Amino acid sequence: MSAAFRQKLPGRIVLLLVFGFLYLPIAVLVLLSFNASGLPTSWSGFSTRWYGALLNNTDILRAAWNTLVVAVFATLISTVLGTLLALGMETRRRKSSGLEALAFAPMVIPDIVLAVALLTFFSRLSVAMGLHTIVVSHVIFDLAFVCSVVRARLKHFDFSIVEASRDLGASGWTTFWRITFPVLLPAIVAGGLLAFTLSVDEFIIAFFTAGTGRASMTLPMQIYSMIRFGITPEINALATLVMGVSATALLLSQWLNREQHVP
Amino acid sequence: MSFNATRPTLLAAPGVAWLVAFMVAPCLLVLSYAFFERGVWGGVEYTFTLENFARVADPLYAKIFLNSARIALTASVLAILIAYPAAYAISRAPRMTQPVLLFFAVLPFWSNYLIRTYAWIVLLNREGLVNNLLRKLGYTGEPLSMLYTEGAVITGLVYNYLPFVILAIYSVLSRLNPELMEASRDLGAGPVRTFLRVTLPLTLPGVAAGGVFVFVLSIGNFVTPALLGGGRFQMVGNLVYDQFLTANDWPFGAALGAALIATMIVLLLVQARATAHASGERAGEARE
Repeated sequence: MSAAFRQKLPGRIVLLLVFGFLYLPIAVLVLLSFNASGLPTSWSGFSTRWYGALLNNTDILRAAWNTLVVAVFATLISTVLGTLLALGMETRRRKSSGLEALAFAPMVIPDIVLAVALLTFFSRLSVAMGLHTIVVSHVIFDLAFVCSVVRARLKHFDFSIVEASRDLGASGWTTFWRITFPVLLPAIVAGGLLAFTLSVDEFIIAFFTAGTGRASMTLPMQIYSMIRFGITPEINALATLVMGVSATALLLSQWLNREQHVP
Repeated sequence: MSFNATRPTLLAAPGVAWLVAFMVAPCLLVLSYAFFERGVWGGVEYTFTLENFARVADPLYAKIFLNSARIALTASVLAILIAYPAAYAISRAPRMTQPVLLFFAVLPFWSNYLIRTYAWIVLLNREGLVNNLLRKLGYTGEPLSMLYTEGAVITGLVYNYLPFVILAIYSVLSRLNPELMEASRDLGAGPVRTFLRVTLPLTLPGVAAGGVFVFVLSIGNFVTPALLGGGRFQMVGNLVYDQFLTANDWPFGAALGAALIATMIVLLLVQARATAHASGERAGEARE
């Protein structure tokens, strides 16, 4: 064993153990979703029958559709509001600690507290709850995350090129679309994808703001009620699909927003 | 777009309005409920009272609060103990592989919380994978009941929040000036002493950030105790849930929520102070 290898060994063992801890439970789920018998006790051959079963489950299909509707609307609204908020906050001359706290709060407030607050708020105003109230609620934390991603990009943004553009006679509007927006676009899309993932996965706030009845159940709500009835092979398949979608959106977000080294 | 004085305010306005209308206002409304009496048929009776806050301090509920705090603290400490070596190992990996390792350490954090918790039900239940493995290894006794225990709840919390702690500690470790450690070695300190006297104190802000994050999210957690604790473990999050959805005592639920938020704000302030203190110290050292 070489000295260099011996020096690296402890680090590698630590990484192996930690990544094992993080990924083993997920790997087991994914494997079981392809197990023909569906039982965790024995492997009885590769099969996609549990994925087929999902396609025939109308509750799950409706929940998936609801989730998509909520996530798309929440993402669109929060991407616009979050980007504007980021621009507003980064171009202020003086930092306002109140504004900082307001933009930070949605990321740290316990979701159960926000959930009961929204339930109280909507019932006090006698608003009929459904998918629209979930959208309104999801925009709260989505926009905070979009804002933080876009702000990180703006920190490296050289505002002198905006002034240069203005000096050369471009209007404020032209300057925004030709200079600021293209530079920010990767961060805006990355923030939007993050918002989409968060919205697709969010359970507690949706649960409290969906109103009663099955009509506005989202996928996480559906998964929660299935888990409470016990383990079924269908959940394994559904879980694998949901994780696949989130992981793809995240990889895409990361790739779009990768550091482009500017001198 | 030119950036004069009014533009920034206009740009921020829609987002701020959304947050004020749908986050600040609802939170203030629910907080105000905590000062009223519960209606006979649920709902709220608008008579001023401090009874709800007194009930939060009632031994029965204070016990649940303390129990949640203990579970949350255990989860924080365990998460730090696992995350620190992991973050350290990542920061020691070749420059090119560090972002990749970090990305895959954080990836599970962004996947569905329910699913990650459910994975542990699959592993830990009586017919689950762990019991099966034990049987294959020759264990013949009763299957172990690992699910619906405090250990299962803590495992679930550590598992779910570990990626964030790795990220928090790594971000401090990676900004550390390696010359400090070299200097310590040159002055004759061994690796252990260098770590304890130089590296660890300088990375405490990251440890604190990660620890506070796990604590805050764990103490108000609702899903993990409900699924892995099987409802046998009441934590503050579940208590709030019950007041709103089953017991129909919104004012008391509101008071519990307020206590939760107060705990969170205190911890975040302490953490911010600690971080400011640590960075101030570092600036002082640099000047000397």
